[in-house]
Amino acid sequence: MLDFVQQLVSGVALGCVYGLIALGFVLVYKATEVVNFAQGDLMMLGGFFAFTFIGMMGLNYWVGFAGAVAAMALFGMVAERVVVRPILGYPQFSIIMATIGLGYFLRSIAGMIWGTDDLKIETPFSQGVLRVGSLVLAHDKLSVIAATVILCTLLWLFFNKTTLGTAMRASSENMLAAYYMGIPVKRVVSIVWAISAAVATCAGVLLAPITFIHSNVGLALGLKAFPAAVLGGFGSIPGAVVGGVLIGVIESMAGFYLAEGWKDVAPYIVLLAVLLLKPEGLFGLHVRKKV
Amino acid sequence: MDAAVTPDIILKLSNIESYYGPIMAIRGISLEVPRGRIVTLLGANGAGKTTVLKTISGILDPQKGAIEFMGRPIQRMEADRIVRLGLSHVPEGREVFPFLSVRENLMMGAYPRRDRDGVAEDIERVYGYFPRLKERINQPAGQLSGGEQQMLAIGRALMNRPTLLLLDEPSLGLSPILVKEIFTIIRRVNEEQGMSILLVEQNAKVALETAHYGYVLEIGRIVMNDSCDRLMHSQDIQEFYLGAKEAGARGERRWKKKKTWR
Ligand SMILES: Nc1ncnc2c1ncn2[C@@H]1O[C@H](COP(=O)(O)OP(=O)(O)O)[C@@H](O)[C@H]1O
Ligand SMILES: [Mg+2]
Repeated sequence: MLDFVQQLVSGVALGCVYGLIALGFVLVYKATEVVNFAQGDLMMLGGFFAFTFIGMMGLNYWVGFAGAVAAMALFGMVAERVVVRPILGYPQFSIIMATIGLGYFLRSIAGMIWGTDDLKIETPFSQGVLRVGSLVLAHDKLSVIAATVILCTLLWLFFNKTTLGTAMRASSENMLAAYYMGIPVKRVVSIVWAISAAVATCAGVLLAPITFIHSNVGLALGLKAFPAAVLGGFGSIPGAVVGGVLIGVIESMAGFYLAEGWKDVAPYIVLLAVLLLKPEGLFGLHVRKKV
Repeated sequence: MDAAVTPDIILKLSNIESYYGPIMAIRGISLEVPRGRIVTLLGANGAGKTTVLKTISGILDPQKGAIEFMGRPIQRMEADRIVRLGLSHVPEGREVFPFLSVRENLMMGAYPRRDRDGVAEDIERVYGYFPRLKERINQPAGQLSGGEQQMLAIGRALMNRPTLLLLDEPSLGLSPILVKEIFTIIRRVNEEQGMSILLVEQNAKVALETAHYGYVLEIGRIVMNDSCDRLMHSQDIQEFYLGAKEAGARGERRWKKKKTWR
């Protein structure tokens, strides 16, 4: 039972990271119908920024964290402007190739700048544990879960209670109508990329005590986050997070209870099963949106 | 009725040409909307009516010609800036935000505005025009009926408190009773708020009854323009647009088309 709870917490924590990356996929997809395959690499880059600010420059953890988020938000806007906007309107695969290319580019640049060693950030959550009876839960895992809950709450409030957030939903539902309303759609898309890069950075920094930062970490996690987004019904924000948590928990349980090898396969088996029964994903919408 | 003595032109198009790629959809159009007037633009399916409206609201840039809105040139201006100047567009097919609530849809119409009190006042005014919307305030717009969605699309545009309202076929797909209801509101908005309106329609009868002045568009060109009273009695209009039978070979083709309009 103790093992089970501990595996569950690890799984949920890892799943939260998948969920946050998946959230980035979904935000960008909903706004522009672009699948950004560099989403995981944005997370990786955010981790390196945080490492630079905290590990190399010696800034306070929270200051460095905020700095990395701000820098990556800006980077997300620039990436959209330079890589994606010029080819919007061309066939999907051109855009997909462009984001895959952006991912390659970011991994190579990161390797050149920060080297290929595994790096580590000292965080306030790196060491401590929470004991509940004989149950021992590491602070690093709990911090990921808590941060994900806070982040999702903030995003929910932003998208549902602010005019700008509502305008973002409006633009993603019907871009032409958004133009008719006088919503500056291009600026809205920029902000969506900024948010999705910022959320990815949060995932990267939160992950730092659990996994090392390495130029390939984003690729590996992106490949897990993508099925998470599909599982949740690509296009649903709560679905992305739930999908991420499910994949994290399944992976963690399979790794502990099943024979070697099942850990990486199990999430995909569940994904295939769900897609066969409910092709639109768990939270998918039946109504196709207009562009 | 004082617009006749005040030669105040809200919108002026001069020799506008618009293209879809290499295809010329608008072939040199000039028209005017005077202050406080309803002007209608009639024409069969594919004549270019929607294209004219898209060109005015900046969704499409004209290749040639000039557009003046309240004396200011607006051709080539970004769509969101034109909206901010006080020009709102109710697009063909309503184009509501399906997953946003009725209230959120209306608030999006007020997106450029910062005066909260004025917005609150206008939302009540819209509910006054369309009481059915008030009953469905928290429902997603996608769940409304076609007529209710048309009311929402018009109400949403009114939330910008525009000087000029562009309406693209508000009667499309609606029952005669709903058409009557909606056009009564259009007339009220014009009379009570003095709002200038450019009304695009295929339903010539209701458009000519509602508007003051009319233009007839055919394959990208204006072929006729006059006061609605006179247009209503013109023989061509009677034959081709009001459904009086018997016409030449050309008219017959159009008559067939007309049957497919509705
Ligand atoms: N997006 C488009 N791409 C290419 N041609 C178009 C497009 N939209 C309309 N057209 C063409 O332009 C002409 C005018 O269309 P439109 O303005 O929609 O007419 P109307 O609103 O009077 O029915 C038609 O011949 C139509 O086929
Ligand atoms: Mg049309």
